Amino acid sequence: MTHALADTWTLARRSLRHITRSPDTVITVLVMPIALMLLFVYVLGGLGQLTGSVSYVDFIVPGIVVMTVVSGISYAAVRLNMDVQSGIINRFRTMPVAPSSILGGQVASSTLSNLFSSLLVLLVALAIGFRSHAGITGWLIFAGILLLFTLATTWLAIFFGLLARTTEGAGAFSYVLILFIFISPAFVPTSSMTPWLRGFAEHQPMTPVVETMRSLLVNGTVGPHIWTAMAWILGILVVSYLLSVTVYKRKAIVVNT
Amino acid sequence: MEPAIEATSLRKSYKDVPVLNDVSFSVQKGTVFALLGSNGAGKTTTINILTTLIKADGGTAAVAGYDVAARPAKVRGEISLTGQFAAVDNRLTGRENLLLIGDLRHVADPAGTAVDLLRRFGLEGAADRAVSTFSGGMRRRLDIAMSLIGSPAVIFLDEPTTGFDPEARNEMWRTIRTLAAGGTTVFLTTQYLDEADELADDIAVLHQGRIVARGTAGELKKLVPGGLIELTFRDEETRDAAATALGTSYAPAKGEGATLTVTTDGSVSRIAGIFVGLADAHIEPTEFSQKAATLDDVFLKITGSSGEDR
Repeated sequence: MTHALADTWTLARRSLRHITRSPDTVITVLVMPIALMLLFVYVLGGLGQLTGSVSYVDFIVPGIVVMTVVSGISYAAVRLNMDVQSGIINRFRTMPVAPSSILGGQVASSTLSNLFSSLLVLLVALAIGFRSHAGITGWLIFAGILLLFTLATTWLAIFFGLLARTTEGAGAFSYVLILFIFISPAFVPTSSMTPWLRGFAEHQPMTPVVETMRSLLVNGTVGPHIWTAMAWILGILVVSYLLSVTVYKRKAIVVNT
Repeated sequence: MEPAIEATSLRKSYKDVPVLNDVSFSVQKGTVFALLGSNGAGKTTTINILTTLIKADGGTAAVAGYDVAARPAKVRGEISLTGQFAAVDNRLTGRENLLLIGDLRHVADPAGTAVDLLRRFGLEGAADRAVSTFSGGMRRRLDIAMSLIGSPAVIFLDEPTTGFDPEARNEMWRTIRTLAAGGTTVFLTTQYLDEADELADDIAVLHQGRIVARGTAGELKKLVPGGLIELTFRDEETRDAAATALGTSYAPAKGEGATLTVTTDGSVSRIAGIFVGLADAHIEPTEFSQKAATLDDVFLKITGSSGEDR
């Protein structure tokens, strides 16, 4: 398997080309979260009264970054499903290419492109007044958590991309994740939610992730939710990875027979 | 010599529905083998097992000397698959598609290989256009070109001409003949009898998951003994008189114009009987010819009878 790394990079380059050649994808992935951020800050800025001493733009930046990743990974599922539907994945599967490279190429391209979009979103946030008190260490931990979160949700996308019967359906799972982001303290504190919704919000994976990212950016510390966040992220990563590999191996990805 | 493909008692079911039932065949190196069958006969399932995409429930298969279940990575190093639908990357250019496969197969000079194949398959002009702008025929040519990179020993073609117009089909046939002439083993599936007749050194007829006949096109045609005698008469009136004269014993069938077709078992006495019958009635045919059975006749005879068995 000496070629595995080279093959992964070859396939990742192919996938990155797909991303740069479909402007609609780039626009959706970048414009949606940025527009949402501007909408929240300039139209619904009154919500800032709920966030106490933290300025509203500082409050929502972690949620916006998480949303950027979630809308980005839905396209990873779509891209993989297009490969399944077109039959090109069967071409790769009958070639002397390491199986880990075929899925790994998609994971690598998704991770790189999502980190890039997150960086752009953070730059726009800085331009409209976002300020962080995090030092180098805080930013590095933030980047590490973002990387792990992207990897975990990308593997989730790989699972749905392999499983979906239609390309349209492949990215649909991301709507559930986006709903989870809205029912979390990403844009408003959970204290403002009705009690039963608050109960859900406080026990779902997006909440500790957003809280930890915010704690890092606002205070420069990981805060009390870091271990819950890590448990969710690593749990999703391991389960999605195992499910994806099982589907890839067991299920004959054979279409149009 | 060790065969290029050896399948022994392959079985495969999907949710208790048997798709392949005790399928065995072997393909000699450097020959063209056609697996002939109608839709749903199990052709694609057979190809999927041989190309390591799915595992058989029972039986064994070896390609280029490697067991497909035990050494799939070795098998993949020796084969290429061109599926029923062109598996090309629409968002890359023609050249980029070829470079991608060249990189993945680790050929010495991917760029040179790409240029060479673009020229061979008449795609130079479109080399740097996105494949999404290609016509169906161009896409299929690119698909085949991608399959040739790295010179695989065994090439699998799943219904390579289904949905083609006659011109595109002839072009594909030429490509397949060139491959075979170069020593590549070609395994193709087809629904078309003339295609198997035209290209294949050996044919196996797959029907409802079983191999119901095997052999060369010539051997298969012998399964339908005799053939047809076609008689042409001066006019339809004479033809009708001849039909009456031959009567029920020869069951003549009236054809286009003033023709009559008589099925024979190939025996001299029966063929002679036709002409004796005509001579007795003082009817002279203007023309007569004997036609050998076509693979269509063979296929209908085999699959028709085994269909009734069920």
